[in-house]
Amino acid sequence: MKAFAQLFLSLDETNKTNEKVKVLKDYFINVPDTDKMHMLALFTGRKPKRIINSTQIRTWAVEASNIPPWLFEESYHVVGDLAETMALLMPRNENSSNKTLTEWIAELNTLGDKTEEERKLWLLDSWAMLDGQERFVFNKLLTGSFRVGVSQNLVIKALADISNLDAATLTHRIMGNWVPETYRYEQLIQEQGAADDISRPYPFFLAYPIQETSEKQKSAEEIQGALGDAGQWQAEWKWDGIRAQLIKREGKIFIWSRGEDLATEKFPELHPFLNALPDGTVLDGEILSFQNGLPMPFNVLQTRIGRKNLSKKILEESPVAVIAYDCLEFKGEDIRTKTQSERREILERLQADTPYPETFRLSALINFITWDELAEIRGQSRAMIAEGIMLKRKSATYQVGRRRGDWWKWKIDPLSVDAVMIYAQKGHGRRADLYTDYTFAVWDGDKLVPFAKAYSGLTDAEINKVDYFIKRNTLDKFGPVRTVKPELVFEIGFEGINKSTRHKSGIALRFPRILRWRHDKPKEEADTLDSLRALLGE
Amino acid sequence: MAKKPLLEFTDKGIYCAQGKFYIDPWKPVDDAVITHAHADHAYWGHQHYLAHHLSREVLLYRLGPINLQTVEYGETVMKNGVEISLFPAGHVIGSAQIRLEYKGEVWVVSGDYKTEDDGISTPFEPVRCHHFISECTFGMPVYQWKPQVQIFDDINNWWRTNLHNGVATVLVGYSLGKAQRILQNLDLFNGKVYTHGVIENTNEALRRNGVLLNPTERITADTPKEEVRKGIILAPPSSVGTPWMRKFGPYSFGYCSGWMAIRGAKRRRAADRGFVLSDHADWDGLISAIDATGCESVYLTHGYTATFTRYLNEIGFNAREVHTLYGGEEEDKATPQSSPGENEPIDNSQTNEVKVLSFGEDLGEAEALGGEI
Repeated sequence: MKAFAQLFLSLDETNKTNEKVKVLKDYFINVPDTDKMHMLALFTGRKPKRIINSTQIRTWAVEASNIPPWLFEESYHVVGDLAETMALLMPRNENSSNKTLTEWIAELNTLGDKTEEERKLWLLDSWAMLDGQERFVFNKLLTGSFRVGVSQNLVIKALADISNLDAATLTHRIMGNWVPETYRYEQLIQEQGAADDISRPYPFFLAYPIQETSEKQKSAEEIQGALGDAGQWQAEWKWDGIRAQLIKREGKIFIWSRGEDLATEKFPELHPFLNALPDGTVLDGEILSFQNGLPMPFNVLQTRIGRKNLSKKILEESPVAVIAYDCLEFKGEDIRTKTQSERREILERLQADTPYPETFRLSALINFITWDELAEIRGQSRAMIAEGIMLKRKSATYQVGRRRGDWWKWKIDPLSVDAVMIYAQKGHGRRADLYTDYTFAVWDGDKLVPFAKAYSGLTDAEINKVDYFIKRNTLDKFGPVRTVKPELVFEIGFEGINKSTRHKSGIALRFPRILRWRHDKPKEEADTLDSLRALLGE
Repeated sequence: MAKKPLLEFTDKGIYCAQGKFYIDPWKPVDDAVITHAHADHAYWGHQHYLAHHLSREVLLYRLGPINLQTVEYGETVMKNGVEISLFPAGHVIGSAQIRLEYKGEVWVVSGDYKTEDDGISTPFEPVRCHHFISECTFGMPVYQWKPQVQIFDDINNWWRTNLHNGVATVLVGYSLGKAQRILQNLDLFNGKVYTHGVIENTNEALRRNGVLLNPTERITADTPKEEVRKGIILAPPSSVGTPWMRKFGPYSFGYCSGWMAIRGAKRRRAADRGFVLSDHADWDGLISAIDATGCESVYLTHGYTATFTRYLNEIGFNAREVHTLYGGEEEDKATPQSSPGENEPIDNSQTNEVKVLSFGEDLGEAEALGGEI
C-alpha cells in the first residue's frame, strides 16, 4: 500500500505528462505483478467490489473522527471527495502499513462473510494502521471511486514502455471483463494473445469533432481544405443511441457498451439476430429504440437503461434495434486493418444474410458529391433524429481511441434558450468548495420554472465570478443547495428536447450545458416555457 | 435599556463608539486602529492610523504618506477612557490583536492570527477577555496543519530536486508574511534567493523597519536567467501564469497556502507542488486560541463562520456569527478582483484610492484564493 499511496502522491505532484508516465513506470517496475494488475484494474475503471456499504463507512468514519455527523457532512461539501474527507478528518498518526495492495484487497474481499461488527472492527483497525496518504487511497478502495487525473492512455503508455508491447495491443488486452484476481500479468504481456477471452471487445475507434461554434460555421471550402476531396469520404448520420460492440464467438453472444459494461442481458431483442450471425463476428454500431421502422429520441431508450428488470411494458414501449456501421472481426479474423470500404462491404453482406433485418439494421450511407451538398443535407439531421453527420475516410483502418484524421463527427448546432440561474450547489474534485452546479429556469407567466441543470461550459474565471455572486446572493439554503437571487442569465445549449412527466416544467433536455453567460441580458428577457415547448415541434 | 456594547459592527468596520475609533475599517474614517498591513485590513483614506511599530514601513510603502502612530506590544493608548493595547497575533511581522478595556470590560479583536510560532513574527499570545472577535478562515476540521519544519523540509527537498533536474524553482506566496517566512526557512546552501519586485519592495520596507532578513536579490530585466535557475524564485500569487513567470521556464512551480490541504483546490491552481503552509490558525489552533481567552462570547468574522459558530456553540461556547464583516462566511476566497495573474500592473479603476501596491495583490491568504491560473 505504501507504493500505491506514493504513486497517488507522485501523480498529484506533477502536471506534466512525461513525468506522470515516469511515475507510473516506476510504480510498475517496483511492485509485484499482482499489484500491477490490481492497479491496472483500478486505473481503468474496474471498481473494486463494494463490500461495506457507504453509509456504514461514513458512520464509522464519523466515529473515528470524533466530530458530529453534520460537521462531517459539511466537511465533505468543502472537500468534494468522500475518501479524502475521511482521511483528513481522522486523527493523525505516524503508522504505516507494509501490506501490499493485493493483500489489502484480498482482506477486503474476505469481509463479505463477516458480521457487521467484524467489518467495523476491521475498518477501524485498518484506519489506525495507516498514515494520512495511505488512508486516502485505502478509502478510495473502499468507496470505489477512482478518478485520479490519469488517463488510461497514460497508463497504457507506461505499460507499453516496460513490456515492449505496442499500446494498441495492450489497450485491446485490457478490454472486457477481466478481474485482477485471475488475469495474470504474464498473460497480459505475452507475445501472442493466444489465451484471449472470447468475450473481449476491441477498443472503440472514436471520432474527433469538427470544431465550430454557433457563430462560426465551417464552410464547404474549409472542409475541403481540411479533409480533401469529398470522394475520399463516406458519410452517415450520427445516431444518438448507445454505442455498442456486438460479439458472436464460439456460439456465445456479448454486447458491450462503450463504457465497457457488459450489457448483453439489457437488450434481449437483439439476441436472435446475434445468435444467427456466423461465429467469429464482431459488429460496431449504435443501439436505439425504434418504432414503426423509425428511431426514437434518446430519452425513450434512457427509460430502460437504468432498469434492473425489463418489464413487458418497457420492451413494448421502447423496443431496440442496432444500426450497425462497422465490422471488426469476420470469420474469426481481426479485420480492423482492412479499409473502411472493405469492412463496409463485409458488413453489408452480413446484414443482407440476416433473417432479422428489423433488429440488425445498416447505417445508411449518405449520397453526396460535394461538401456543399453534404452541408445542406446536414441541415436535415434533426428530422432524421440524428445529431449530425459522421465522416469516415474510405481508406481508413479501424483505430484505437479518439484520434484525429480519419473519423470526424460533424454535429449540428445545439438548440438553445436563455435562462435564469435559480439554484446552485457545490461541485466535486477540482471544483470542490465552489458553486459550479446550477439549476436554470425560464419564465412561465411571472414565475420562474426550473427546467435544466448544467455543470459545464464556463471558464474557471467565470466560475469564480458566479461563485462570488452566489455566496453574496443566497436567499435560502436547503442542505447543500442554495436558492440564489434570480439575476444571472445564461444561454443554455442542448442536443434534444422531449416531453417529460417527471419534471415540473414538463420537458427534459438532452445534454444541457452552458453556452455562455449573457451579461447583456436582464432576467426579464430570459426565454419562456412556451418558447421551449415550441421546440418540441408539436 | 440594555447597555450598548463597547464594540459594534457597522458598514464601515468594527466601531468603538465610546472611543470614537474603528478597527480595520474598510471605508474612510477619522480614527483607525489597524491589526496588520494586509490590504483587506489596512485601507487607504483614514485620517489617523494606529498600528504596531513593525507595521510602520510596510504601511507607508503600501498606503503612501499617512498620519500614522505606532506602538509596541503591551503599550497602552487611551482614547476617551478606552484603553487600547496591542498583543502579538503571530500572523505576519507586526500583526496585532487589539485589546480594548473600558470600565473593567475587555474586548479583543484578533485580526488574522496563527498559533504556530513561525520564527519571524512575534508569536501569538492569548489575551484574557470577555468578548473575543475572531477570524475563522480555516474554521473547518479538514484543515489541520503539520509543523512548519516538515513543510520546509519538503520545500527544501523539492528545491534540491529541481536543481538536480536543471529546472528553475518558483515558489509562490503572499508578499507580506508568507514570503518572509519562506525566506527565513530556506536552506541557503542550495543557492541564492531571487525575488519578484513586489516581494522585494516589502522586504526592503521591513528591513527599513529593522527586521533582519536573509539576503535576497531582486529580479530585474538584467538578471541572467541561467543564474536564477541555480537559485529559487519567490513570487507573489499575481505573477502566476504571467509572461514574467514564464520566461524562467522550464520551471517547477510550488504554491504555499493553507488551501493546498485539499486536492481539489490544489488541482484548480495547476501548481506542480502545493505546500500546506498558512499564516492562519488551523481548526485546532482556532479552538485552542478561543478557549485560551476565557471569553464569555466569541464573534466570528471571515471564514467558515456558519459552520464554526454552530460547532463552538455545541461544545459550550457562546458564539455568534458576524455577517457584515469582510463579506462573511467562506466568501472571502472568491473575491474576483484578487485573481492572481489577472492584473500585474496597478489597477485602481474601481476605487479612487491612491495605492502604491496593486489592488488584490495581497489581500491576505483568505481573499486571494479565488484567483485562477
